[in-house]
Amino acid sequence: MRRLRLVLLALALLHAPALAVQPDEVLPDPALEARARALSKELRCMVCQNQSIDDSDAPLARDLRVLVRERLAAGDSDTQVVDFLVARYGEFVLLNPRVGWHTALLWLAPAAVLIGGAIGLVVLIRRRRGANPTVAEQVAARTLTPEEEARLARLLDESGEPRP
Amino acid sequence: MIAEIGHYALVLALGIALIQSVLPIWGVRTRDDALMAVAGPAALAQALFVAVSFAALTWCYVVSDFSVVNVFENSHSAKPLVYRITGVWGNHEGSMLLWVLILALFGALVGLFGRNLPRTLRANVLAAQSWIAAAFYLFILVTSNPFLRIAEAPLEGRDLNPLLQDIGLAVHPPLLYLGYVGFSISFSFAVAALIDGRIDAAWARWVRPWTLAAWMFLTLGIAMGSYWAYYELGWGGWWFWDPVENASLMPWLAGTALLHSAVVMEKRNALKVWTVLLAILTFSLSLLGTFLVRSGVLTSVHSFATDPTRGVFILMILVLFIGGALALYAWRAPMLKQGGLFAPISREGALVFNNLFLTTACATVFIGTLYPLALESLTAEKISVGAPFFNLTFGPLFAILLLAVPFGPLLAWKRGDLVGVAQRLLAAFAGALVAAAAVVAAQGGGPVLAPFAIGLAVFVMIGALVDLAERTALFRVPLAAAVARARGLPRAAYGTAVAHFSLGLVLLGIVGETQWNTERIVSLKPGATVSLAGYEVAFDGMVPRQGPNYRELAARFTVRRDGVVLGELAPSKRTFTARGTSTSEAALLTRGFSQVYVSLGDPNADGSIAVRLYHKPLVLLIWIGSVVMVLGGALSLSDRRLRVGAPKPARPKAGLQPAE
Repeated sequence: MRRLRLVLLALALLHAPALAVQPDEVLPDPALEARARALSKELRCMVCQNQSIDDSDAPLARDLRVLVRERLAAGDSDTQVVDFLVARYGEFVLLNPRVGWHTALLWLAPAAVLIGGAIGLVVLIRRRRGANPTVAEQVAARTLTPEEEARLARLLDESGEPRP
Repeated sequence: MIAEIGHYALVLALGIALIQSVLPIWGVRTRDDALMAVAGPAALAQALFVAVSFAALTWCYVVSDFSVVNVFENSHSAKPLVYRITGVWGNHEGSMLLWVLILALFGALVGLFGRNLPRTLRANVLAAQSWIAAAFYLFILVTSNPFLRIAEAPLEGRDLNPLLQDIGLAVHPPLLYLGYVGFSISFSFAVAALIDGRIDAAWARWVRPWTLAAWMFLTLGIAMGSYWAYYELGWGGWWFWDPVENASLMPWLAGTALLHSAVVMEKRNALKVWTVLLAILTFSLSLLGTFLVRSGVLTSVHSFATDPTRGVFILMILVLFIGGALALYAWRAPMLKQGGLFAPISREGALVFNNLFLTTACATVFIGTLYPLALESLTAEKISVGAPFFNLTFGPLFAILLLAVPFGPLLAWKRGDLVGVAQRLLAAFAGALVAAAAVVAAQGGGPVLAPFAIGLAVFVMIGALVDLAERTALFRVPLAAAVARARGLPRAAYGTAVAHFSLGLVLLGIVGETQWNTERIVSLKPGATVSLAGYEVAFDGMVPRQGPNYRELAARFTVRRDGVVLGELAPSKRTFTARGTSTSEAALLTRGFSQVYVSLGDPNADGSIAVRLYHKPLVLLIWIGSVVMVLGGALSLSDRRLRVGAPKPARPKAGLQPAE
């Protein structure tokens, strides 16, 4: 009786959603399998919410995993496999978007924000320094107003010292 | 009846919120104390009525009142009591009700503990808080009413998504919302300061504990969510760069930046304008997160367009509050007076560096999350931005930031000495080198990144200890004197060191899990044994079991190492009767900070079953580190200086001003 229940439950579960990579999908060649795993981590399961086909238990993800392994076993390089999938499903399948005009903003953004922020900071610090400089900095930077310049020149002329 | 009481209480809360939005501000304008004083009691009353409303919905869930649509769609009478209660916020309407409950609670807390705030500031803060509350009450009542009835009550409910029937649902969303919504206080303070046109170090002193508390909750909420995903989803992943996760990470990054810039503002009266902006941005990102998760815009731009009522409503709230606050900022911020000057190499400079990197990291996550949406709506071109992109951009930013962490606390205010600090960090450099070399020696030709990352983690950890050693002058004065100094150190100093130390812990965990993870995917028949990273895992057999609202197939594994039995594992595969869906319950064996992780796949016709086994070294440090980080926050929060509502210390005698 107990055994029967076990079998029945097992049968009921047969059609339940599977876990991600299944034992029967795994390639015999470990090097090839490792490449397949690395590739499938970068490919999107297109019917899921932001899951890679490596993580997903959807039937489509399984089909794609098998497909990737078939191509690899047939001797395709990683790029060839990716190109094949992009040709078939569009760039949507790539979790790591390709660099191009349509993604220029995306890829440049982090560096742009960082560099822009740093430049902004430097300018701000300079300007604030300029707004309230110390006396020594004023002298060093020679940031005198024209009136001050003129007065300095007059004083220097009167004292007969050589002009700076 | 109960549901109607809940509905009515929410309407009343909206009414009170509207009053609280107007009268206190009017009072401030007309200098009318009585009008300003309305804010406090109104905030309390609001919290009370929302609590009644929330309690009513909870009651409907507990007694399984399926005449309420929301209960019918998300509950089942056979569900254990705890999941009937947590199911209240396991759906859109209920989770929005939890959101406003927490918002109202925070408002009430300001009302209760804000008695030492200047009257005008308090009135403005509570009014601003109430604008947000009113908008969200309206949102719930108009588009997401959880109290709607069905004319003919069904006998049984549709049950909750099985993935959510877990203790994680009891912990994760409330903590996350406490964090999200807690930042509304910083936001309201910022808006109030802008309305006032006045801001000073005291403002930062009031804002910091609220920000810190919200940040602690958010940290804990994110960490718990991550652990939940780790054991529930069945493949041992703990962070997926999913838009929903990113939505919670963005306020965390901005909030962390805010914590640090508020320090500069409090101690040195500098970075005021920036701190106010960060306070606005942090809560704006929380709102954005709510919008992203609640509007359905993430699933697809199209699903958003087909049922736009909710999405458009939240979008309007978003535009109104973010736009309004930023406009107010643009108008009033120039009036705020700039504070103290500092050299680029200084404690302030280090904190600015921290802010630069945290905001850049935040912007990266922001753009990565929203870029596909923007591109698709502008050009109809569909692309995905997933984990590889974020690892590639976010990783280096954080690595540089972590490298700078030990320097910050050691630099002096105003003008620091970088070379001197580097010298004091020699022990940390040495420790990092030794650790990296040890990793290289131990793993041979393993992952290239691991030695660097481990070295970085050790550098951060020893750096935090060096900071404490420097402050107590350990090794430079006699031990007794150092102990006396250690006693005298403010708790905030310990908080800083502990929180910074925890960053190293988290990094160790991340490196262990990502670089040294071992995985086996096999089909097993009872009696078979698998070897996994030095462990032997034997599959003993399977038994069917009946749970309260599911059936399950439970397997038993025995884990041995060198023939010694270490423990048993019982992963299972559950089928939930009401929805016909199934989940895989993973089983975990903890050894130190590492775990053996087993989860079941599908049974095969020949009696074998698919099994995934993992050995995850140091993985627990990811969450232990996060908890330690929160403890660091708690230490800081318990500092007398920041304690909420602490009486002001007696005026120090002239000439005895303590040095910072």
